[in-house]
Amino acid sequence: MKAKVHVMLKDGVLDPQGEAVRHALANLGFDGVEGVRQGKIIELDLAPGTDEATVAEMCEKLLANTVIESYRIEMP
Amino acid sequence: MRAAVIVFPGSNCDRDLAVALRQAGADVTMVWHKETALPEGIDLVGIPGGFSFGDYLRCGAIAARSPICRAVVDHAGRGGYVLGICNGFQVLTETGLLPGALIRNATLKFVCKTVGLTVGSTDSVFTQGYEAGQGVFIPVAHHDGNYVADDALVERLRGEGRIAFTYYNNPNGSVADIAGVLSDSGRVLGMMPHPERAVDETHGGTDGQAVFRGLVEALAPA
Repeated sequence: MKAKVHVMLKDGVLDPQGEAVRHALANLGFDGVEGVRQGKIIELDLAPGTDEATVAEMCEKLLANTVIESYRIEMP
Repeated sequence: MRAAVIVFPGSNCDRDLAVALRQAGADVTMVWHKETALPEGIDLVGIPGGFSFGDYLRCGAIAARSPICRAVVDHAGRGGYVLGICNGFQVLTETGLLPGALIRNATLKFVCKTVGLTVGSTDSVFTQGYEAGQGVFIPVAHHDGNYVADDALVERLRGEGRIAFTYYNNPNGSVADIAGVLSDSGRVLGMMPHPERAVDETHGGTDGQAVFRGLVEALAPA
């Protein structure tokens, strides 16, 4: 069973890397990009029966730094 | 004064930190990250700079969950002293011993140079060797030194005298020019600049010495 965890910087935390990507897109002529936020996706291959609460605990304890990041869990 | 310097895979300032502490008179033991306990009678834990665990996931994130870090958190909980420098500062924010977080420099560039700092609070064993408002020159070398804290936290740090150092010319985008912060007990300090790289004339300056001398002086057995 696979779960996907999406980790993003929280709104209000400046994302310097996203900003650099936005500049690079503008340099390529993509003028319509008003903002870019860069995050990460972590795929977990889980033993059957692992519940979402356990994955949430993984996020809280390690996968996200909840001081600056938010997370979203996708499970089948 | 007895100090332990933690060594993670990827630490690269551990020996420099040990040299700086020994030069100031401390008895230093190196402690590998897989240890589950600190040696007996440790006054200070030093968490060195480097790239622990290759900065995987987030800087300091994996190190902060290593066996020895549980012992370090317990040490701090008992009132023990902890000094985290550069990657060590990142580890301390990841353990929750220090508030806020450190993210990629606003310039996106790795910054490696000697910078001017202003000493903030001198009300700690780490900074008592300086004068409040004193200007010092200490090297920085980091890619993720951009300190993030919300307005309420910055106000609290200011109000409680917990901003140990600020940058004279902010090299990384840190909020309120913060270069180093103290825990609410004042017994844990995290700072991005490297005082251990400014303890010998051959380093080009000795402005970092006061950190280590102050510690040894304050924590020497009475």
